Amino acid sequence: MSRITMREAISQALWEEMERDPAVFIMGEEVGVWGGSYAVTKGFYDHFGGDRVRDTPIAEAGIVGAAIGAALVGQRPVAELMTINFAFVAMDHIVNEAAKLHYMFAGQFKLPLVIRTVGGGGRQLGATHSQTPDAIFAHFPGLKVVAPSTPEDAKGLLKSAIRSDDPILFIEHATMYQVRGDVADGENLIPIGKSKIQRPGKDVTIVTYSKGIEISMKAADELAKDGVEAEIVDLRTLRPLDMEPVFESFKKTNRAVVVEEGWKSFGVGSEIASRIYEECFDYVDAPIKRVAQDEVPLPYNRTLEQAALPQADDVIAAVKEVL
Amino acid sequence: MNKKEHLELYHQMVLIRRVEERGAELYQQGKIGGFMHLYIGQEAVSTGLIAARQSNDRVITAYRDHGVAINCGIPVNEVVAELMGKATGVSHGKGGSMHMADPKKNFWGGHAIVGAHLPIATGMALGDKYGNQNNVTICMFGDGATNIGFFHEALNMSKVWDLPVLWVCENNKYGMGTAVNRASAVSSIAMKARGYDMPNECVEGMDVMKVYEAAQKAIETVRSGKGPFLLEIQTYRFRGHSMGDPERYRKQEEVKKWEESDPIGVYRNYLIENKIASARTLDELDEQSMDEVNKAVEFAEASPEPTMEDLYKDVYVE
Ligand SMILES: Cc1ncc(C[n+]2csc(CCOP(=O)(O)OP(=O)(O)O)c2C)c(N)n1
Ligand SMILES: [Mg+2]
Repeated sequence: MSRITMREAISQALWEEMERDPAVFIMGEEVGVWGGSYAVTKGFYDHFGGDRVRDTPIAEAGIVGAAIGAALVGQRPVAELMTINFAFVAMDHIVNEAAKLHYMFAGQFKLPLVIRTVGGGGRQLGATHSQTPDAIFAHFPGLKVVAPSTPEDAKGLLKSAIRSDDPILFIEHATMYQVRGDVADGENLIPIGKSKIQRPGKDVTIVTYSKGIEISMKAADELAKDGVEAEIVDLRTLRPLDMEPVFESFKKTNRAVVVEEGWKSFGVGSEIASRIYEECFDYVDAPIKRVAQDEVPLPYNRTLEQAALPQADDVIAAVKEVL
Repeated sequence: MNKKEHLELYHQMVLIRRVEERGAELYQQGKIGGFMHLYIGQEAVSTGLIAARQSNDRVITAYRDHGVAINCGIPVNEVVAELMGKATGVSHGKGGSMHMADPKKNFWGGHAIVGAHLPIATGMALGDKYGNQNNVTICMFGDGATNIGFFHEALNMSKVWDLPVLWVCENNKYGMGTAVNRASAVSSIAMKARGYDMPNECVEGMDVMKVYEAAQKAIETVRSGKGPFLLEIQTYRFRGHSMGDPERYRKQEEVKKWEESDPIGVYRNYLIENKIASARTLDELDEQSMDEVNKAVEFAEASPEPTMEDLYKDVYVE
């Protein structure tokens, strides 16, 4: 067991998979000489060389398209999109190609492809560089969407993603690279599509993932002081969505708050709440609450940006409403 | 160009330099956040270019936009206030370093998605042509931006429809840490225009006069209805890509070499050698610029932050 950061965990997963399988290679903007714009691939270029840690032109559609092509012919590319905001440039290849090829050609094509990217606000990067559009990507059957909240999950899920034959969007949070956590030594693959209880409790179920875990944990600590025991379910994967632990928890607590960093409308919270209503209607003791980002593009000004982003206080307020 | 105009150009270049230097300090102090891309070393490019435009000509650029904003006539107060996220900033503190704009000054922004503003420039020129307006749209972008699809789509359309756009590539040799030859099949950006049968020129960008002359000619060609033109301007950024760039991709000697042709030094010598201005006059302008920037920082520090009401304002017109 070692205590490492999210950055180290992701970096280790990539490194170990590249050492294990020569078909695995990385391509993206500034992944090589620079060492990754979030320093995840620092040292990779010197060790693996430019063919396996390939710096690309600024060309997101080209990057994802080329990664799809390489995956089709048997390689296992890990394409990096510097941030999820630039994934919109590659949207056609993600949605119309990666998410479709296996199904549309009746299983003849395999796409062992991982697209690693970075999402989230809170760094004063302004409206175009601060988005959390995870839910959009989770909309498409054919694409898997993973967004971990702990170093252990990040490492285990990324390793599984690289070994998977399906196209997977792996979303890291820009403000969580320094988050520390215990990671088991040796191989520890975590299956994609499994939610997890990150904190046990009995009074209310908080369903969330990624950055939402951080703020919900903080909220749960505060609530505990008032004797409220919140159970926190980490979705870890948005598609395929594993609702079993959520239903189980809800049947126990009869109350839920869903926390996400993205916008509320048509978001993760809407999906989770609907599924709970559909499956657990008889267990509902209070309307399910959603905590999310204010419905505005994020501004640069720090005070306004923080005000627009969901915070622990918002989670506490929502929990108090459902209790 | 008369003496007054020369001195104005010199003033603008020094002003930009001082804003950038103070900006870096304020950033270190945590008074500016987010991404901030400095224009130090490239001042002659937008200064010479924008000096050659008429006020009805439109300017649009990428995120490295403080200098361009100042050249377009946005008061330094508003630039610095924007950097500090204040309500008095040119984008009311909501845009930040990368997103300054003032259409009244015909400055259409600061755009942070690489290459995304190129098709928009095509559209501005299309709109002007459609509306029988004799304006030229000047679109600035980096060398790295010429590798994204947007660039090729925008250039092609502008040529197919003979639109009044001047494409200006600021070739500062790197897109973040990637040298031009590592990302582009051809190192000459001007050559890319040939694929679209578009007239083009490559000029030296550390000399503001050369930029100015080339820009004048190019803008006139475009205005005369001959369609788009691509100008590649050779330049260099002296600082990192943005604040907090480890700069592992280039040697300090290379930076030093380029610093020898510092555009402000080059122009200063030109003005003195050609007896356009005395060293004393230029020193006075240096001091005046410093003063203006100090005042701008004071102004920004004293300015209010945008309010919670501003947070929800301007999502829609209605
Ligand atoms: C579509 C997109 N991809 C990636 C980025 C991240 N990024 C910002 S600036 C930059 C380099 C751009 O280089 P260049 O066009 O040469 O402009 P310069 O910064 O040198 O002025 C990159 C990769 C982005 N903003 N947008
Ligand atoms: Mg460049």
